[in-house]
Amino acid sequence: MNEFKGQALSWQVVNGAIELALHREPCNEIGSLTLDELEKFTAALPKLANEAHALIIHSTLKAGFSAGADLRELYRRSQGMEKSEAVRGVREFLERIHGMMNTLDAAPLTTIAAVHGVTFGGGFELALVCDIIIADRSARFCFPELRLGLIPGWGGIPRLKRDLGNGVVRDLLLTGRSFNVMKAQQIGLVSQIAAEGEALRVARATASQAGKFDRRTAIAAKRFMKPIPYEELKREIEIFCELFAQPAVEEGLRKFVENEGPQPYLP
Amino acid sequence: MPTDQTLDEILKLAAAHFNVPREKLTPDDDFFKTLGIDSLQALDLLTRIEHHFRIELPDYELQGVSDFRTLANRIQARL
Repeated sequence: MNEFKGQALSWQVVNGAIELALHREPCNEIGSLTLDELEKFTAALPKLANEAHALIIHSTLKAGFSAGADLRELYRRSQGMEKSEAVRGVREFLERIHGMMNTLDAAPLTTIAAVHGVTFGGGFELALVCDIIIADRSARFCFPELRLGLIPGWGGIPRLKRDLGNGVVRDLLLTGRSFNVMKAQQIGLVSQIAAEGEALRVARATASQAGKFDRRTAIAAKRFMKPIPYEELKREIEIFCELFAQPAVEEGLRKFVENEGPQPYLP
Repeated sequence: MPTDQTLDEILKLAAAHFNVPREKLTPDDDFFKTLGIDSLQALDLLTRIEHHFRIELPDYELQGVSDFRTLANRIQARL
């Protein structure tokens, strides 16, 4: 399946690069629908990798790359459930997400996240599995999970720690603050900054350049430079599930979902 | 930079980005209401402000801030 058009995302191969476009309104919130389609993608990846040397993940929505987990779905699903049943459901979802993310992280391709606007929570974690993050000037990154009484659950902390100094990771996590592309480049998260609306074009040029090198060498270099922190990722699921059982989380989710004011994304 | 100048630059920036006539914006306006924006658009405005003034303004400093004058004071403290 070298071309796919789904409800949450689409992909096609263009000039040796797979372009995976996210397009679920309002801002690519990732719930079960998006996960189903991302899993379709990772299932198709071995075949696609025969036709391409790079993968570009981007969003076609103006609001941004992705606002992260679909908190409304998470809240709705856990309503009326025994706590233990809700935690079991969350664990199953996390394990699926981790499987999909780990596959993307290890993909035998040069992977590029071309991001703009809101790149929050799970959206930020999706960008972090990629080898290179290219961001336009509108991009804004954030791990807001602590506001809900949680930690990032889709590989955020282990992958941030892989790329950044621990001091920066603590600041970002423990304040839950958002930061712009200049800061993201300064701390070593974003390697290239594009003008507004130009991240995909810059990503295509980068993918084209990456395609000039021997494929096996590129894969070996990637595996050497970017080991997957499996043990920490497993530990993250355990901590997330422990925290999810706390009453503060349900309260935090309820406040977010029922907030009809203009500020649910502000701390 | 004097606060009045900072304030004026914020009002110009907001007017241009959200397509609102500059003369319709006043320092004590609730910018959520006047600009008709939500929190994601407010973060977009914050990104533009940070680029314009070349500062970093953590969004937790904007907690409870909804008028241009207070926003200008917060920015002023980072210049």
